[in-house]
Amino acid sequence: MAENTYLIRGAAILGGEVQDLLIRDGVIAALGTDLADEGATVIEGKGLIALPGMVDVHTHLREPGREDAETVETGTRAAALGGFTAVHAMANSNPVADTAGVVEQVHSLGRASGWVDVRPVGAVTVGLAGEQLAELGAMADSRAQVRMFSDDGICVHDPVLMRRALEYVKAFDGVVAQHAQEPRLTAGAQMNEGTVSAVLGLTGWPAVAEESIIARDVLLTQHVGSRLHVCHVSTAGSVEIVRWAKARGINVTAEVTPHHLLLTDELVRSYDPVYKVNPPLRTDADVQALREGLADGTIDVVGTDHAPHPSEHKECEWAQAAMGMTGLETALSVVQETMIETGLMTWADFARVTSFTPAVIGRVADQGRPLEVGEPANVILVDPAARWTVDPHKMATMGRNSPFKGKELPGSVVATFFKGHPTVLEGRLNTPYKHPAVSSN
Amino acid sequence: MKHLLSTENLAATDAIRILDTAEEMSAVGDREVKKLPALRGRTVVNLFFEDSTRTRISFEAAAKRLSADVINFAAKGSSVSKGESLKDTAQTLAAMGADAVVIRHWASGAPHRLAATDWIDAAVINAGDGTHEHPTQALLDAFTMRRHWSRLSGVASTGADLKGMRVAIAGDVLHSRVARSNVWLLKTLGAEVTLVAPPTLLPIGVEHWPCKVSYNLDETLAGGIDAMMMLRVQGERMNASFFPSTREYSRRWGFDDARLRALDELGMKETIIMHPGPMNRGLEISSAAADSPRSTVLAQVRNGVSVRMAALYLLLSGDSREAAPINTATPAFASPSSKESN
Repeated sequence: MAENTYLIRGAAILGGEVQDLLIRDGVIAALGTDLADEGATVIEGKGLIALPGMVDVHTHLREPGREDAETVETGTRAAALGGFTAVHAMANSNPVADTAGVVEQVHSLGRASGWVDVRPVGAVTVGLAGEQLAELGAMADSRAQVRMFSDDGICVHDPVLMRRALEYVKAFDGVVAQHAQEPRLTAGAQMNEGTVSAVLGLTGWPAVAEESIIARDVLLTQHVGSRLHVCHVSTAGSVEIVRWAKARGINVTAEVTPHHLLLTDELVRSYDPVYKVNPPLRTDADVQALREGLADGTIDVVGTDHAPHPSEHKECEWAQAAMGMTGLETALSVVQETMIETGLMTWADFARVTSFTPAVIGRVADQGRPLEVGEPANVILVDPAARWTVDPHKMATMGRNSPFKGKELPGSVVATFFKGHPTVLEGRLNTPYKHPAVSSN
Repeated sequence: MKHLLSTENLAATDAIRILDTAEEMSAVGDREVKKLPALRGRTVVNLFFEDSTRTRISFEAAAKRLSADVINFAAKGSSVSKGESLKDTAQTLAAMGADAVVIRHWASGAPHRLAATDWIDAAVINAGDGTHEHPTQALLDAFTMRRHWSRLSGVASTGADLKGMRVAIAGDVLHSRVARSNVWLLKTLGAEVTLVAPPTLLPIGVEHWPCKVSYNLDETLAGGIDAMMMLRVQGERMNASFFPSTREYSRRWGFDDARLRALDELGMKETIIMHPGPMNRGLEISSAAADSPRSTVLAQVRNGVSVRMAALYLLLSGDSREAAPINTATPAFASPSSKESN
């Protein structure tokens, strides 16, 4: 059998035409019907959909610093199982990814693991402190080739600093990914501010705290002619503002998480901190607006905001609990449930919002490419007819904080090809890709 | 009923059963020997993560009058202040064989966590959680109101509800667990509630609550009320711009001497003045109002013990383990008949 050669027999390309797909030496070598197997390992694709490997613009891998929550190894295993071939590792590690040294370390750990491309996100400000710009240029020029910068978890709320960051990243085609949260309006905030928070007596996180920052930032972006990405948009008002900004030609992209597409603040009535997340779960009206925004292109991408936490950070009082949910291994299923089974999107749209556009935003070469001959073989096979029940204890991520625990979801990832190598086969981890050695310099 | 966590989901029959049982318990307090053997051999833990001497000693007195063993566990100076988690504390109490945990916590929902998890199997009574609920306070308030309302209507308290009673609750509703528990319970019992507060101290979404909302205390008084409940207001709130100054607050939303006189002028001679304590005299309530014959402040404290006895008794005798019967002439469980009281 020819090594590094795989023939996928009869899968629906982007959910459309059924074709054979030959993968050889890391690229898509042939597409067509009745392809000769040429000694390839044959994978039956009947009933499956072939999609470009998903690219997550928003992942917390926790390493360095919180290896009790997740490591690059465990987080990227989860990513591969979830159908991802690239993830953007957020900067709020310890030490913060605010220097070339840290982003190169994360990048190297990703290459050593070999499950997906790990694209480090650089911090906008030193130590995420919101006071002084980090060495964005050094991170951009490093081996990690950082293009996305974010203080995610914390808002770059100083308008002057935000303006400078937006201006500065133009020098290397970077993008500022903003965690939109006005800090004074959200001091001590525990959940969405509304009818449920009023009853539960939990301090509210008002929609206006997100919307006011987005409104300010799109105007700043227009003023300085830069590129803005809005992380985890969570309110109907935010969708409206982004829609308005795009109509004005402002270079803004927006992201929504799977959990904000499905869950509402009604779940907080249980006081179970597995539902505690930032930005918080909102109302059903927000959920519907987010789905519409994603369907009509106002929201460009799905980002998981995968945020694993050790169990002791969730087995406590609501106010004491950490914010965040895991998401890498449920993203595809939740998007299928909320966007495809509802008829709002096709699988081709799915490829756009989970792969093509995320790769463009992050400037990730060789990812988010069309499934065409000669393109890098970052390909996943999805069984859309599968149904499964979420069990956090069976996941590859170290985090057990899945808000979908016990829920039945559609769709499963059968295989993931990363650079032509199957990291996942038959829904289980196979082996990682071995990067060619780099000459040390 | 396994736990008492909130009044939001407390059915009218359960609420009236607690109030009726409390009537029986109050008779015990009038005896020379203020003690029943009902919970002999049972262990009640007062788990207090927040200082509240009043509530703790009320629960302690209630448990002791029922002959339960009482353990007071204050978070300060304990392993909790050394970083022990709620989970570990709960499991420790479970291992010691606590039958009921009375929990006071600064975090909203902490009692729900104890009840929902498998950390401990005991009955959980919420003794005030954050800015969420304080169900036994609302029950003792309702008990106090019911006695008053029944007397005016010339009917027996037992079995009665609060239909038609007009109750105004004034103060810091936003941060008040007492206000929340009262709104739900009073609605369940048929009273008409008006919340009176500056707009800054009302939660977003209050318009969906089963009550009226007013920014004007004088208008509310003029409209006619049967009970005026003042909530404690913390002077520190003015530093967060909830109101400009304590004096302005007091003038607009405090129950001062002029408003006390207004009750007489408006002909509301039976209207009672309530306060859950501790009072800020001169801020939300004047001394004259607090000490007037209309004031039920001390009756509320007294009734608190009876209501907490009832809650402990009903929760701890409601499971498979047999509890000794109440040694009184009247039956322990009067069938809840919701008597009309005009």
